[in-house]
Amino acid sequence: MANRVVCVEVRAKAGNGPTPEERDVLAELRGAGLSNAARVEIRRRYFLEGAITAQQVAERAAALLVDPVTEAADVLSETPATTPAGGRFEFEIHPRPGVTDPTAASVLHELSALGLAMRRVWTARRFVVEGAQDSELARRVIQKRLANDCIEQTVIGSAGVGAAAEAQPKSMERRTVALKGLDDAALTALSRRASLFLSLPEMREIQKHFATLGRDPSDLELETLAQTWSEHCVHKTLKSAVAYEGAPFGAGGGPAIRVRYGNLLRDTIARATRELIAEGRGPECLSVFVDNAGVIGFDERFGVAFKVETHNRPSAIEPYGGAATGIGGCIRDVLGCGLGADPIASTNVFCVAPGDWPEEALPRGVLHPRRILRSVVQGVADYGNRMGIPTVNGAVYFDPRYLGNPLVYCGCIGLIPRDRIAKHAKPGDLIVVIGGRTGRDGIHGATFSSGELTDTHADEFAHAVQIGHAIEEKRVLDAVIRARDAAQGCLFSAITDCGAGGLSSAVGEMAGEIGARVELETVPLKYAGLRYDEIWISEAQERMVLAVAPANLAAFQAIMRAEQVESTVIGRFGDAARDFATAGTRLIVRYRGQTMGDLDLHFLHEGLPKIEREAKWSANTPEKNNSSGTQLQTNGVDWRESLRAALRNPTTAAKSWIVRRYDHEVQGGSVVKPFAGRGRGPTDAAVLRPVLRSSRGLAVGCGLQPQLSEVDPYWMAANGIDEAIRNVVCVGGDPRRTAILDNFCWGGVQDAGAMGSLARACQACYDVAKAFGTPFVSGKDSLNNQFALEAGDVDRVVREIARRSGASSSQIEAAIRASGRIVIPETLLISAMAIVDDVATVCTADLKHEAGDVWLVGGFEPIGFDLSAAARVHQFVSGLIWRREIRAAHDVSEGGWLTALAEMAIGGQCGVHVDAANLPDATALLAAGYLVQLADGVSEHVLQTAGVSAMRVAQAQPDSRSLRWGDESLPIEELSADWRSLER
Amino acid sequence: MAGERILIVRAPGTNCDREAAFAWETVGCRAERVHIAALAERPEMLHEYALLTLPGGFSYGDDVAAGRIMAAHLERALADELPRFIAAGKLVFGICNGFQVLAKMGLLPFHAASPAPAGVTAEGRQSCTVTFNEPAGFQDRWITLSAGANTPCVFVEPGRSYEMPIAHGEGRVLFATEAIRRAVADQRLAALQYVEGAPDMRAEGPANPNGSTDAIAGLCDATGRVFGLMPHPERHIVATQHPCWTSRGRKADAPGDGIAIFQRAAAALR
Repeated sequence: MANRVVCVEVRAKAGNGPTPEERDVLAELRGAGLSNAARVEIRRRYFLEGAITAQQVAERAAALLVDPVTEAADVLSETPATTPAGGRFEFEIHPRPGVTDPTAASVLHELSALGLAMRRVWTARRFVVEGAQDSELARRVIQKRLANDCIEQTVIGSAGVGAAAEAQPKSMERRTVALKGLDDAALTALSRRASLFLSLPEMREIQKHFATLGRDPSDLELETLAQTWSEHCVHKTLKSAVAYEGAPFGAGGGPAIRVRYGNLLRDTIARATRELIAEGRGPECLSVFVDNAGVIGFDERFGVAFKVETHNRPSAIEPYGGAATGIGGCIRDVLGCGLGADPIASTNVFCVAPGDWPEEALPRGVLHPRRILRSVVQGVADYGNRMGIPTVNGAVYFDPRYLGNPLVYCGCIGLIPRDRIAKHAKPGDLIVVIGGRTGRDGIHGATFSSGELTDTHADEFAHAVQIGHAIEEKRVLDAVIRARDAAQGCLFSAITDCGAGGLSSAVGEMAGEIGARVELETVPLKYAGLRYDEIWISEAQERMVLAVAPANLAAFQAIMRAEQVESTVIGRFGDAARDFATAGTRLIVRYRGQTMGDLDLHFLHEGLPKIEREAKWSANTPEKNNSSGTQLQTNGVDWRESLRAALRNPTTAAKSWIVRRYDHEVQGGSVVKPFAGRGRGPTDAAVLRPVLRSSRGLAVGCGLQPQLSEVDPYWMAANGIDEAIRNVVCVGGDPRRTAILDNFCWGGVQDAGAMGSLARACQACYDVAKAFGTPFVSGKDSLNNQFALEAGDVDRVVREIARRSGASSSQIEAAIRASGRIVIPETLLISAMAIVDDVATVCTADLKHEAGDVWLVGGFEPIGFDLSAAARVHQFVSGLIWRREIRAAHDVSEGGWLTALAEMAIGGQCGVHVDAANLPDATALLAAGYLVQLADGVSEHVLQTAGVSAMRVAQAQPDSRSLRWGDESLPIEELSADWRSLER
Repeated sequence: MAGERILIVRAPGTNCDREAAFAWETVGCRAERVHIAALAERPEMLHEYALLTLPGGFSYGDDVAAGRIMAAHLERALADELPRFIAAGKLVFGICNGFQVLAKMGLLPFHAASPAPAGVTAEGRQSCTVTFNEPAGFQDRWITLSAGANTPCVFVEPGRSYEMPIAHGEGRVLFATEAIRRAVADQRLAALQYVEGAPDMRAEGPANPNGSTDAIAGLCDATGRVFGLMPHPERHIVATQHPCWTSRGRKADAPGDGIAIFQRAAAALR
């Protein structure tokens, strides 16, 4: 039978009215200016190609594709493309060739199983808009609101039914890159032209290395070096030597100091961890900084691994896919930690520009922040929910400077048996790639994410965006855990995820000490026609690389087959003879028998030229008020207005529209949820019980205080750590067994001032981690988070920032005008995990309906606070919870103690009366500040005699429904409405 | 107590199988999680079990529609065995995605062995569907359920109320015809309905979270032995899983409402 394309077009049955999706799209179109649009109909199109007939399709395929209760279908044979006609506007959105289409894959598989001779399936969405005409505006609205040009193609009218374009094959010839004799300008030009993002000294080093070898590199070799040496993969800035000169660290002023760090990261963050381990303080550290994730002891059987990543650049240009693959990649990091950790929770933090940013002040090349936030939430929800991993904790932070470069942090926590933490690939082990096939997606992700964004990035780097397929990853997860826990012992000796840099990074890293030989033609491909170098660096999703001993291969592959995961041997570790010149191990990459790359692994991993950076910092006297407007002063302002404004502040306001999209309860381990109490007020951190038979728990929280960056990155970092610790302590986490993670997001770090801010933040990490006894166990940084504006856009962006924040943002405005760039505020996310000995002792923030007084414990000026006093406060509050002397605890954060008190009242639906005098500024941020509700019958002596600052603030009044201060009061209902003002 | 054998079938994307197994084990049963491909290879293994559980998750990613691909798979794999299993009086239990699968296999509320009353027919094979929420979108939150006073369902205690979470984007029950809806009401097959909850449950949102016809959360067949529901009883096994357990002052190890459903089914097996 001849090959034929048949289309099944599925539509909602008439008479049921528009579907929720159709209503949403209509509202979008009208909102964007197509006010004549009266009705939208959306039809799903399945294109089926194979040796099939329309009749077969009607009889057998339609039953699979149509819900007989709500839908009807038409079976269409081949028809030509058309343009819209008549009183309605029609268009179709098709995925671009090669873009992952999971539904198509499922349908292909199922129809083949039903006996149809299928060759290919693809899908599209068809929109029929009544009342609107094709116009310039209409096309723009589609581009902006419905389709993403990176991955989708819009056809005005109909593409008809016929064969779709397939990805075109490319030449397979080995290509050499001429480096010999290139001068500096030519080297720089080459780095830029080939999207290598390598600096001139790095290009020179590579030139020198190959000159010694007496040859030029192949494109594959140069690419491998660029991937491995990218900021994304080796963190060369944070690991560089840094000479700091400037204001002293910590509290108080003083003359300028000079400090030299041989390796900034090693001498600050990692040093704190090393010293804490040596002193026997902090949690039991089982694996720190060496693996994909940090691991601490959980109980006698398990360790718990935590990793947080960013996925900022992909999320800027394709937020849905960027966020989904961000969480997908982080899950694989945890799955690839040790011999596999089993994910138990995810976390998410987003930094975006305000949602009410006017369209006309949006620079070219930038998606609207509302669309970004909505899409990243949808991406995380769709991927995380499908993986069956609860998304338990997060935050959203708003600031105009995230306009061009939003931050998307994704975290994942996994449980790992103590005897599955160590891993080593052995010579003779087979290199096995499992999971998704390799395609042209995600090429240059690692290098792309190391540079700054510009208005043409969306076009240039469309190929760097990856599309996630959660179910593929879920299969991989199920299969890896089964192979890890096999009765005869773990069936593999090492595993790592295939993330940034693709196979080049994964194999290069595993082969470090032993060498490897890879045969690229054996790598399974999504479609024909990939060049050998594309296969090598593709960042196609849902792949893992394992080292499997030949004796275990059959058992390993049997499990993969049973879990429907493709697994392929692509080479062998330790097979390449050592380089006779350097005695280093080698990485040999071949394609159909021809050597495409032969790299000295020592040069690959250690050859990166060491750099020494200057770091300078002069203490400035910044304006205290900042653009996010959280630090409202109550002096002279009615406290009721200040409080209501603080609750409506987007960073503080309720985000249940986000939280409810996430399955935060799957796996059944939820003990403290994002909202608790009669009124479902906010909680400070999540508590999980990952082993259902055990009462041991894990508290998970986070902290970030980017609004303090302009004051001093040292105190920005210190307050972020303090906030993360407060959050886990509030729910019952043990601060003595708390591990933290750092995720630095900075703008460009080319000048000494930016390096100074980085050095100050790193030093704060050391100082605070040591004072608190909370080691860093994992971390990551993302630099160059800035957006280069087109000249014509500078003015409107600056004017909008000025309009929103009054006089307080003049420094920011001047910086944007001077550089033509919007640079993000230095943003350090701190994630924390703390052991909870017994989940029966956890605490939630909602006021309980008993007559206990509310006290402020701790609470210091955030700039210059005493770190050891803060550490004592954390331990003290933890003890109060453990001894059950308090019934509620809430952290004082943005909006100050008054906002925290209001949140406790909202959560408890319980009145409260502020009746103390001499209280600190009601809406100011405090360090180490907690509000606690004493348990009924517990004497206030427990607070007064502890040597920790504590003052009575208010009295809980279970019979009242208002927050009263002096003679004035506000109904809790009204506070609740303010807090929920952003909810849809 | 030897414990009845429970078969939990998982497919790619199933993700509530482990907590479902834990729930069954908590009430003294022996639960085994089996991949759908292994079941398809040896479908007769079904008869070694007393109860078939189709757990929650996103089988095949909800591609095409929730439960659709897994329904097609199971129909092929168990074409002969499932009718025999049901005819033998054994129990079938679909939770969330499992309920969507049962509806799309045409097993709820009517099927060949437990047919609709004479003259009440649907055009297609399904007498009902479980489809996109109204209002749209995935939601994870807690709801309150009430079991029908005279329901034949062997999993629930007639008249009792239950609190547990939902977590779905496609949970709206729609019947193919008005006559089917009436027949369901007449035969009391709406085993569980969403109802207004206690005062401290109202902040979760409206009682009926997804626009389901007659606020139906769970449906059974006329024998009461084939049962599907959208909410997650396996997520309310102990008090600590409840959003109000700290504000209600509950003891951490007190049993949750969901366990009662597993207990009652286990009792029906003995």
